[in-house]
Amino acid sequence: MNPVQLNAISLRFRHIWYRNLITYRRIWRVNFLVPLLEPGFYILAFGLGFSGLINGVEYAGKHLVYTRFMAPALVATACMWNSFFETTYTSFVRMYYQKTFDGILATPISIEEIIIAEVVWAASKAAAAVALMLLVLMPLGYADFPRALMCIPLAFLGGIAFAAVGIFFTGVIPTIDMFNLPIFLFITPMFLFSGTFFPVAGIAKWAAIFPLIFPLYHLVELTRFFCLGFMESNPVFNLVYLLLFASVFGGLGLVFMKRRLIK
Amino acid sequence: MNIIEANQVVKRYGAFTAVDGISFSIQSGEFFGLLGPNGAGKTSAIRMIYGFSPVTSGQMRVFGLDIAQDWRRIRSRLGVCQQENTLDPDLTVELNLLIYGRYFDKPKAQVRQRTEELLTFFALNNKRQAKVMELSGGLARRLQLARALIADPDLLILDEPTTGLDPQSRHQVWDRLLELKKGGLTMLLTTHYMDEAESLCDRLLIMDHGQIVTQGRPRGLITEHAAENVIEIEGPGPDLKTYIKENAIKHDDLGERIIIYTQADGRLAEEVRRKFCMGSCLFRTGNLEDVFLRLTGRELRE
Ligand SMILES: Nc1ncnc2c1ncn2[C@@H]1O[C@H](COP(=O)(O)OP(=O)(O)OP(=O)(O)O)[C@@H](O)[C@H]1O
Ligand SMILES: [Mg+2]
Repeated sequence: MNPVQLNAISLRFRHIWYRNLITYRRIWRVNFLVPLLEPGFYILAFGLGFSGLINGVEYAGKHLVYTRFMAPALVATACMWNSFFETTYTSFVRMYYQKTFDGILATPISIEEIIIAEVVWAASKAAAAVALMLLVLMPLGYADFPRALMCIPLAFLGGIAFAAVGIFFTGVIPTIDMFNLPIFLFITPMFLFSGTFFPVAGIAKWAAIFPLIFPLYHLVELTRFFCLGFMESNPVFNLVYLLLFASVFGGLGLVFMKRRLIK
Repeated sequence: MNIIEANQVVKRYGAFTAVDGISFSIQSGEFFGLLGPNGAGKTSAIRMIYGFSPVTSGQMRVFGLDIAQDWRRIRSRLGVCQQENTLDPDLTVELNLLIYGRYFDKPKAQVRQRTEELLTFFALNNKRQAKVMELSGGLARRLQLARALIADPDLLILDEPTTGLDPQSRHQVWDRLLELKKGGLTMLLTTHYMDEAESLCDRLLIMDHGQIVTQGRPRGLITEHAAENVIEIEGPGPDLKTYIKENAIKHDDLGERIIIYTQADGRLAEEVRRKFCMGSCLFRTGNLEDVFLRLTGRELRE
């Protein structure tokens, strides 16, 4: 039909990235407040509320205070929510209700570039959120300076992966309320079972494959490594998996978004 | 060289044919009209010109280039004012222009200067910080027109730019368009206002059901398909109908009303006035609306 064209991809996508940055800056207070406050809330809740119930977690052969185990996962899940929401709900609104993409398609920018811009933007936003979270977590001792700064480029990579799967859903979903479906069936289980709130060692044998499929698990692992200095899995494998996941869904996203937008 | 050269262009959506083999050309500096009832295929045709929709078959050349290959070069020389409002609601009036100009890869300073010119040209200066959502229909339209001109296009495409505007705004838009025409800009306009097409367009085509019904200059089309002069007679009696039949007079019988098309010399008009205008008679010059209704029928569409 209308295959994705590689020669339609250029750096012009940065103009749309910049457009998104401007709208982000217009409501920067909201955009900044959530990542700054969120880790505090969780750590207070789990640190104070949970410490009586759990006296620690066994992870990668070490004994960890629960909040130290969980804090890196907070960073990774924030990356996921930020980028996934951006290319699902927010991109859908821009595409369908605001007709922003229709307007852009009368300029020398291609559909491919619009989609890439949305994904790269979502990843940038996720990386910014993670940077803000580190501002809180590093002084509190939940992420070791300076190694934990690596979480920022990592969040960009993770953001690309989640934004890619998000834009794929945006390409196939008929109406905006149907995003509930991938969120309920994919994001929520991933959020709970990716070694986020408890180590994957606690998951039954038959279900142990799921964390390995979930990109969030790999992101959580790498984030933990950069925050704490140790991890239970192989970082090369985690990285390769995230890259593969991002490429596959990025490709599918391009195909389905193009099919949806071209009339 | 022709600015647009469409040759047997077809657009299908699945099994439905929206544009059914149209051929036309637009010359440099021309103000060209694309008319037709709702659903005729005007927007579909326009979307193929700027490469929003792929051409199903036939050839669409813009600036002598093929839209399928050279879409980027073509679009960088085009300004499009789309039928729907596609302004960016997240941005202010000013930013809508500044950011849109960047999509054309134009240098920042140039876009800034052009933005100032356009804000003045369309009298949007004191709305520059307003949110797009807060604009009235007329202001939003003007902004969309301004935005279409941000990259100094060689061809301006206008899909119903005056629909929904009050007479004041409409006249203001016409003035701007005429000024642009004086500057030598080539324009393609669709509209449902026949008076607008008649006064603005050098040449136009009328399409229906995806096909071209006729094309030519407005005055030429009026003399060919209607007449210089028109008489509308309310409640025609049987003697008028006999008279029309006996003299083989060009007319439309609408039941309660008969429309007679006469030539400029006025002898027929004089006779009708004497014999049949006891009741209500309207003498007026023929216009494009007569042509449009004669060629596309009077039934409702869609
Ligand atoms: N994306 C689409 N998919 C399927 N059919 C479409 C699509 N876009 C338009 N059509 C159909 O094609 C026909 C022509 O539509 P088009 O929008 O080109 O008409 P138009 O002449 O611009 O009408 P209007 O004066 O109402 O704007 C219509 O019957 C319309 O329903
Ligand atoms: Mg239309």
